[in-house]
Amino acid sequence: MKPALFDYVAPETVEAAVAALAGDETARPLAGGQSLIPTMNFRLSAPGRLVDLRRIEALRGIAVADGTIRVGAMTRHRELETHEGANRANPLIGEVLDNVAHIAIRNRGTVGGSIAHADSAAELPCLLVATGGTVSVQGPDGSREIGADDLFRFHMTTSLAQTEILTEVRIPALPPGTGYAFEEFARRRGDYALAGVCTLLTVEDGRCGEARIAACGIGARPVRLAAAEDALRGRAVDDAARADAGEAAREYMTAPADMQAGVAYRTDLLAALVRRTVATAARRAGG
Amino acid sequence: MSTRQFGEPVQRNADPALLKGEGAFIDDISLPGALHAAFVRSEHARARIRSIDISAAESLPDVVAVYTADTIGALDVELPMLIPHPCITSGGKTQRPLARDDVFYAGQCIAMVVAVDRYTAEDACSVVEVAYEPLPVELDLEKAIADGAPPVHDDIPNNVAAHFVQESGDADAAFAAAEHTTTVRVRLERSTAAPMECRAVAARWDGVSGELTVWDSTQATISVRGGLASLFDIDEDRIRVIAPNVGGGFGQKIMMFHPDEILVPFAAMQLDRPVKYIEDRVENFIGASQERAQIHEISLAAKKDGTVLGLRDSFIHDTGAFIPYGIAIAQVASTSIAGPYRIPDIWVEMTLVYTPCVQVTPYRGCGRPQACFAIERALDRLADELGIDRTEIRRRNFIGPGEFPYEREGLLFADGLAVNYDSGEYEKALDLITETVDLAGFRKEQEAARAEGRYLGFGIGFYVEGTGLGPYEGGHVKVHPITGKVYVTTGLTSQGQGHETVFAQIAADQVGCDVRDVIFVEGDTQAHEWGVATFASRAAVVSGNAIHKAAVKARARIIAAAANMLETGEDSIELRDGRAWIVDGNRSVSLAEIATASNPLRYAFNEASQTATQFAPASTHDGPPLAEGQAPGIEETDYFSPSHATWAYGVHAAIVEFFPDTCGMEIKRYLCIHDCGNMINPMIVEGQVMGGIGQGIGGAFYERCAFDGNGTPLAANFMDFLMPYATEVPDAEILHMETPSPLNPLGIKGVGEAGTIPVSQVVASAMEDAFAPLGIAPVRESPMSPDMIHGLLAEAQSRR
Ligand SMILES: Cc1cc2nc3c(=O)[nH]c(=O)nc-3n(C[C@H](O)[C@H](O)[C@H](O)COP(=O)(O)OP(=O)(O)OC[C@H]3O[C@@H](n4cnc5c(N)ncnc54)[C@H](O)[C@@H]3O)c2cc1C
Repeated sequence: MKPALFDYVAPETVEAAVAALAGDETARPLAGGQSLIPTMNFRLSAPGRLVDLRRIEALRGIAVADGTIRVGAMTRHRELETHEGANRANPLIGEVLDNVAHIAIRNRGTVGGSIAHADSAAELPCLLVATGGTVSVQGPDGSREIGADDLFRFHMTTSLAQTEILTEVRIPALPPGTGYAFEEFARRRGDYALAGVCTLLTVEDGRCGEARIAACGIGARPVRLAAAEDALRGRAVDDAARADAGEAAREYMTAPADMQAGVAYRTDLLAALVRRTVATAARRAGG
Repeated sequence: MSTRQFGEPVQRNADPALLKGEGAFIDDISLPGALHAAFVRSEHARARIRSIDISAAESLPDVVAVYTADTIGALDVELPMLIPHPCITSGGKTQRPLARDDVFYAGQCIAMVVAVDRYTAEDACSVVEVAYEPLPVELDLEKAIADGAPPVHDDIPNNVAAHFVQESGDADAAFAAAEHTTTVRVRLERSTAAPMECRAVAARWDGVSGELTVWDSTQATISVRGGLASLFDIDEDRIRVIAPNVGGGFGQKIMMFHPDEILVPFAAMQLDRPVKYIEDRVENFIGASQERAQIHEISLAAKKDGTVLGLRDSFIHDTGAFIPYGIAIAQVASTSIAGPYRIPDIWVEMTLVYTPCVQVTPYRGCGRPQACFAIERALDRLADELGIDRTEIRRRNFIGPGEFPYEREGLLFADGLAVNYDSGEYEKALDLITETVDLAGFRKEQEAARAEGRYLGFGIGFYVEGTGLGPYEGGHVKVHPITGKVYVTTGLTSQGQGHETVFAQIAADQVGCDVRDVIFVEGDTQAHEWGVATFASRAAVVSGNAIHKAAVKARARIIAAAANMLETGEDSIELRDGRAWIVDGNRSVSLAEIATASNPLRYAFNEASQTATQFAPASTHDGPPLAEGQAPGIEETDYFSPSHATWAYGVHAAIVEFFPDTCGMEIKRYLCIHDCGNMINPMIVEGQVMGGIGQGIGGAFYERCAFDGNGTPLAANFMDFLMPYATEVPDAEILHMETPSPLNPLGIKGVGEAGTIPVSQVVASAMEDAFAPLGIAPVRESPMSPDMIHGLLAEAQSRR
């Protein structure tokens, strides 16, 4: 469990980091190292160069303004989890991060790292998809913005080029009156979820108005459960509506059976988590 | 008399250093100039090795040596068959340190690289080219013994490693007389101990003195020394084996020899440089011993009132690719099968099966969790079929307090002796647990929860544990003349159980000193060279009594010497606070003074020693300074060899909520009543039981060493092998009973493995109870899992 030989650089600017990545096509950015270092120790990956982003001040910090929570890529999970302004603007953030690993890991792991890593069962990518967030990335040709829907391609694969660095994550604040809920089921507290569901909805005159539901752990990337959303819009959020939303979610389950969950179980679990989160979100929306 | 330390919850002597990070595990031992070893391991479960090309590895800079079976000389042999038994087919298969011609499991060592550091050694491993010809495998235990199954070993037909039947009484007659019979099949899967510190070995060869020092994270230093002496043909007194702080063993480190244990010393001698090997987590999951997989088909012959007359159990035991530990685990399972129940007529058949997986040797519990799951599941079933309450049926079958010793003639335990329960109060334990849990109250709560669509269940499991096996251990007690501290040694090793504290308590009670003034040393063949090892919940019973006996003798010598010094009769001496006092007086002498005075001196180092020198005024003896037949100082050694195992027991119960939508569970309450005879230290007993319960919860619901159809291990890290976190293990309510053992002077029984034994049964039983309204099929497998719960619920729904 020792990594293969690699070079290590720790530049102080994003530009220098991008240049360091461009100089070696096997180079990888190093953020909190909570995912990358284990894969190197298992020798599942062997980057020739690690570009440590830890000394780049520009990648740190949280700012809440104009209905958006802007999170520097190198912000640690725990910092965002406990940030008052961010959680006031979008209380889903704390609820989601509470499910990411354990506090010791959240003290090291970064928001940008988690999103760039793009594990299909990870919670933050699911949050980004559910809330319609975006990220900024910078590469040799300048910077660009990518919406959540275009970012996550496949398990552990994003639309970032090898030479690009994710610099900022933007999470929309929740409009007033939005009910929210995140719930997942993991074999052990803090593990990656067998399935997790993020639900946002509004209730107007006793009926569901806007609804956004996304799930992780059920396929190759986090997905919007559009049919489940459709099953709710315009309806009273009662047992029947919840059950229908759960049923509608089933078609999105594409994960193969693995050691912990067969397909039938994971599909039922997804439906159950949709029912549970819809109930909580509706209650919080005052419905 | 000082306050008695035996029975007190004395804080652990070892903890301050460990908690401050001052412990020394093998990787902490600095050996200047040490080389590091890493292994090339088989990628296939069963294959023929066509070729091994080490040239690229050898030519890497900083690689010092690459060994294969061809270059390890006399070590290229099948390793010792540790516990032979006549029922083992062809004497039994054991592995070679490095594979020759064939590999038998994925993870088996093929080559060893020694380099200047572990990084380089792993680099070199990755360029060793092994060409394999994969061979077919069968991992299913039942299919593996069928005709035509691919063999693990070409010369072992049907993969049967051993077959053995044990009988007590006349089971056929019992079944003929039965009013009701019940048969259940249960299956337990492979698991592993996963100690916090994996295996670790370091060795240093001193060519000048011809001495080999081996630091080994083992449970059995003395036995390892014996094995090394035999394999290397070196005199025992030239080999010193030390187990420093060891980060958990749980049986995995009683197994010897893991290949590293002999190859690392071998390389140190060959290369004349210290060599270290620190096994990593993946290697521990694929290359270190595992346990647990068994399939039992158990039948009970009963009367309508629930009295069990007879038991038949036929089980298959997965022994992995090799059987160095003989039939020990299966034998323990077969002898624990009747639990605390009278069941007079027993027939048990065991079939041990070779599978292309890493070898199976004891893991905490050692066959008992399997036996407990089988008998307890069967008893629950019998209760349900006869319409008797699950606790009541147990009550009707317990061996009564007046029936001890209770022998099961014909059933031979792991010590080769007939099962003979020495003492117990089984019914009282059951009463205590049902009262503590308030079963009647729970039933109401369960009813109310069901009305809200919530599923709570009550589960219960009883177990017995044969502990404290021979052959023997020793205890050595000495009072240091200068410091007056009491030096105690034994031949065991500790993996964190608290030996240093409980043994200090035992010695301190006799010698009359503070527990903190006992220096306890074990795990070093140079400190104590007679004994066996730490296993089978035997340390407290066997070494504890040996140390007690030695301390009793030391006490007599201290009193005799003190009486002489204080010019009074021995009856007027009492020992306390590290001194000998005249009863009802205020004159005393310290242990240091007594030890010094008992050791005639030429040189005076301090005031006390002046009185012991030859020309001191007090030196008024006539004969030689040391009388004929007398030994210097205060020093005694004694041994304890138990007549047979002593049987601890206990009962666990839990209230568990199961969630039908997520298929998860939450243990709301977990209770344990445990009886290990007189407790030396209830806090340490509790720690042992609690740790065992945690491991048992892992075994019941989380941990599984899964393999794919090709025999590739699927759970080789802590992401896939789900050792429970603190969040999955509830605080257990642990209550003690103390029924002394009549088999040893201290009246104690072992406790090390107890906690793990009944947990799977408790969870399974609670699951059935919770989901009874949904009509689920009986739970017959461990570990359970959300996926399994889902299957049970779906199947029940499809029947409705
Ligand atoms: C025991 C354990 C349990 C865990 N459980 C969970 C869990 O339940 N849910 C969960 O979501 N995560 C979990 N994680 C992962 C943890 O959240 C990681 O911290 C996170 O996934 C990656 O963040 P990091 O900062 O550590 O990234 P690193 O490990 O440093 O990097 C991860 C990957 O992202 C790339 N990368 C990092 N930063 C950037 C950037 N700014 N731009 C471009 N590429 C970048 C790296 O090159 C690498 O490929 C767990 C980790 C552990 C060790």
